Amino acid sequence: LAELLFWPALIAYGEAAVAYFGDARRPGQAGRLAIWGVRIGWLVQTALLAVQAARSDGFPWSTWATSLNLFVWLVVAAYLIWGCKPRFRLLGLAVLPLAVVLFALARAGGGTGVGSHRHYSNLFLVLHVGLVLVAFAGFTLAASLSALYLWQERRLKRHEASILRMRAPALARLDELAGRTIAVALPALTLGIAVGILRLRDQGGGFDALMAVTVLTWAVYGSSLGLRHLAGWRGRRAAYLILAGFVLVVVARLALPVTHFTS
Amino acid sequence: MSVVLVGISHHQAPVDLRERAALDLPRAADLAARLAGPDGEAVCLSTCNRTELYLADESGEDAERRAEAALLALETELGPALYRLRDEAAALHLFRVAAGLDSMVPGEGEILGQVRSAHDAGATGPILDRLFRQALHAGKKVRAQTAIGESPASVASAAAALAEQVFGDLSGRSVLVVGAGKVGELALRSLVSRGATISFVANRTLDRAAELAEQFGAEAVPLGRIDRELERADVVLSSTSASEWILTRDQVARALPARKGRSLFLIDLAVPRDLEPGIHDLDGCYLYDIDDLEAVVAETLAGRRREAEQAEAIVAAEADRFREWQASLDVVPAIASLRARAEEIRAAELRRAKLNDSERRAAESVTTAVLNKLLHLPTVRMKEAAAAADGVLYADAVRHLFGLEDER
Repeated sequence: LAELLFWPALIAYGEAAVAYFGDARRPGQAGRLAIWGVRIGWLVQTALLAVQAARSDGFPWSTWATSLNLFVWLVVAAYLIWGCKPRFRLLGLAVLPLAVVLFALARAGGGTGVGSHRHYSNLFLVLHVGLVLVAFAGFTLAASLSALYLWQERRLKRHEASILRMRAPALARLDELAGRTIAVALPALTLGIAVGILRLRDQGGGFDALMAVTVLTWAVYGSSLGLRHLAGWRGRRAAYLILAGFVLVVVARLALPVTHFTS
Repeated sequence: MSVVLVGISHHQAPVDLRERAALDLPRAADLAARLAGPDGEAVCLSTCNRTELYLADESGEDAERRAEAALLALETELGPALYRLRDEAAALHLFRVAAGLDSMVPGEGEILGQVRSAHDAGATGPILDRLFRQALHAGKKVRAQTAIGESPASVASAAAALAEQVFGDLSGRSVLVVGAGKVGELALRSLVSRGATISFVANRTLDRAAELAEQFGAEAVPLGRIDRELERADVVLSSTSASEWILTRDQVARALPARKGRSLFLIDLAVPRDLEPGIHDLDGCYLYDIDDLEAVVAETLAGRRREAEQAEAIVAAEADRFREWQASLDVVPAIASLRARAEEIRAAELRRAKLNDSERRAAESVTTAVLNKLLHLPTVRMKEAAAAADGVLYADAVRHLFGLEDER
């Protein structure tokens, strides 16, 4: 059943990704097709996650690949909050292709199947993995908002004549939303890290590279929030800082978990 | 029943001719009432771009003559500029007008309200009421299903729309106006209509600044105070006739630290320009001069024209629907007579039959069902024939076959 659910979800996300490119060229029908693709894909993936949860004897997303599956679901869920609004559809250009690639990667790693084994207590996994993934999904959305900000700012700076034909959200709105998203995601990451550190203290274990990158990510986003509120860091500088933090998220999410999850 | 349109528009008539034929709403209503008479239908649509008379009458020729005479009574020189359309062509024209497709600026939204007002003030009956309602529906549909009216069509509205691209909602955003001439007033009004607040008006002559400031509830300040107000403003709108820079890059750069990362949108409508172009290179500053704004408007107008193709298909479909409805009017009386005659026969035969209550109820039900089934196909076929322009022939045939001539 999980296998049966994977393909429709992937196809729906893929259709949405293609439709978003169509919408960017000529806004209208393609945009509506895209948003329905996202909704259907997300619902089917929700069903897939439900099947995984039902068939597992513990927290089913504790491996690198399964957690990637959950991560994609969280990113798309976060996107759906804003993506349904016409002006924010363009965010789909960044989010959906990423979702398709990561979802396919999750499957390649066996993350869309059922019956994963657990190594740790459920509570620890739910809190630690869940919170960190929620935070990373938030950072991904914030990075998409920042990328859209930089693109829109570039169009304004270049005096692009087509700027009112293909309208993006206002700069101030994108900046504010990116800031708010980080303000929500950062506490989640803080808690997720705290739970991890507590477990490390109780049960012992080494401080691995993933932990270092995650703490660095926390520091980057923490300073981004601090600079925003204390030094008025907004706009382009803030967007670059958020994107720099996202590079660390990508490293943490894709490269290093192999060692972290097997340790 | 024919629908007749006689009118002039910006396509054939220059403005000096159009203004002589323009009517305000009460006069348009009077003219429509006079043309309609006690039993007829007439609507007068008069805007700055057109004066058009729509009439519904049994005789198309007669209605056309009356409409022409009414327009020529307004201005005798209108003759060569007049156009005349009938039925489907008249309906299509009105639908295009309501959708903004016949306007100087394709997709402009004001016309829809003007069509609505003309309809409300007109002497309408079943035909013109349906025509104008469907025109309003077509206009709304075009705006809902295409992006024809979304982009600004003037420099003033483009400036305000670009400010929205930076700030989003302009409510509470503060505007610093530099120069109190007429050039910037349209842009100013466009910003205000979107919620922006005019905070300061700076001008060389403080009297003129005070005059403009009073209109918008702003404060008049001398040009020398611009530096200080720059720290608070979100939008700067400049349109002086000065020959040197009114605002330099260094002045703006000095104000930036106090702004704490807030964006600044600057509109320079002056020629020669007031604002040093280097301002645009500063972080968070966006400067648009008149050429930049005109390029944006040219692009949005091109976009409107592209959307117009889709809009044309929508209005053509609506015009088809109206034509079908209008054609069905030819057969509706025949269908009604046929059904009435059949019902009359059914009721009479039932009255004659000796039945108890339950038998009568059963017979009522059965005979009604038989009647409906029998008449269903001829009704559908007659309506189809009406849509294909054979309706009158079919209606006459039905009247003849069933002896309905007297009920015409």
